[in-house]
Amino acid sequence: MVTDPDPLDRRAAVAELLSGRGDALVVTGLGSPTYDVHAVGDNHANYYLWGAMGGAALVGLGLALAQPDRRVIVVTGDGEQLMAAGALATIGVAAPINLDICVLDNGRYGETGMQTSHTADGVDLASMASACGFVDATVVTDPASLSDIANNLAVTKAAGPRMVVVKISADSPERSLPSRDAVFIKNRFRAHLGLAPN
Amino acid sequence: MISNKWPEGVHQLMGEADVRQINYVPDAGLSSLIQLVEADDAIAATVCTSEEEGVAISCGAWLGGQRSVVLMQSSGVGNCINMLSLPILTRSPLVMLVTMRGEWAEFNPWQVPMSRATEPVLQAIGVETIRVERPDEVVPTVRQAMSMAYNADQQVAVLLSQRLLGEKTW
Repeated sequence: MVTDPDPLDRRAAVAELLSGRGDALVVTGLGSPTYDVHAVGDNHANYYLWGAMGGAALVGLGLALAQPDRRVIVVTGDGEQLMAAGALATIGVAAPINLDICVLDNGRYGETGMQTSHTADGVDLASMASACGFVDATVVTDPASLSDIANNLAVTKAAGPRMVVVKISADSPERSLPSRDAVFIKNRFRAHLGLAPN
Repeated sequence: MISNKWPEGVHQLMGEADVRQINYVPDAGLSSLIQLVEADDAIAATVCTSEEEGVAISCGAWLGGQRSVVLMQSSGVGNCINMLSLPILTRSPLVMLVTMRGEWAEFNPWQVPMSRATEPVLQAIGVETIRVERPDEVVPTVRQAMSMAYNADQQVAVLLSQRLLGEKTW
């Protein structure tokens, strides 16, 4: 009987994913992905969401279109991305060449009591992304493949949007909380790009 | 000279205001404007599967330094409500151009409940609403909505009345 490999530790996986981020801009989906990215180290090029569930990949799309010379990496969870299933079609058609969607997939709604999500019952976000026209959609289950993906993220331009689904274990590491002041985070991010607060 | 046809006039305003992204779910009342925008190389037009997507894309555009406008019909406003937390809480400019259904010679009862709810729910979450009843009021209203959004960081919905748009013909 073939069994799935042990899922990856989420904090180690996110640290590895972002190790080669270079000057990439990072958008995080609400809940644990926001804490995971913050735990790697706060960065003015990070845009943390604390709400607006289903918005992370789409904020990434608007940002990627506005900043075509910068790579944009969205780090979000399976539940957050499932709520924005239609966004995969929108992003596939918009076809930005500088957008990566990284889904941390534990098959759980971690913030609300670890109830199982649709991916735990076989829904495959990577296949959905492929069907929507993403040029690459990979499921990562082992550290070596994660390392290969991380090295690829540094490439500024791909042929189109890409997705990587990282299978992580269903645990809840200690929260690492960025500021919840949405105006502060927005203006800090814009200042990083040389933009005025308004 | 701004055109006296409102779709052309609004498209010209977009150029003057350096609007670079338009996010939309189509509506018959917006079809002329969408055609103009799709043909404009200076604007990235993104068709969305659901209206709240446009709200999130618009916030991402502003994060990256670009102005945008979101287009939808009134029934789509209901899909946007939670996502509107994003521009409101981040105090990001938002211009929504909403074509009304369900209020003037409407033949389809399914358009009526959300039509009735459009202004109250937008106001409840904190979006400024401005109704336009006459074609010659569209351009000046959109111009001032852009000013409120882009200069004063407000979230504004311009509601184009069904009477202005005309009865839907089948």
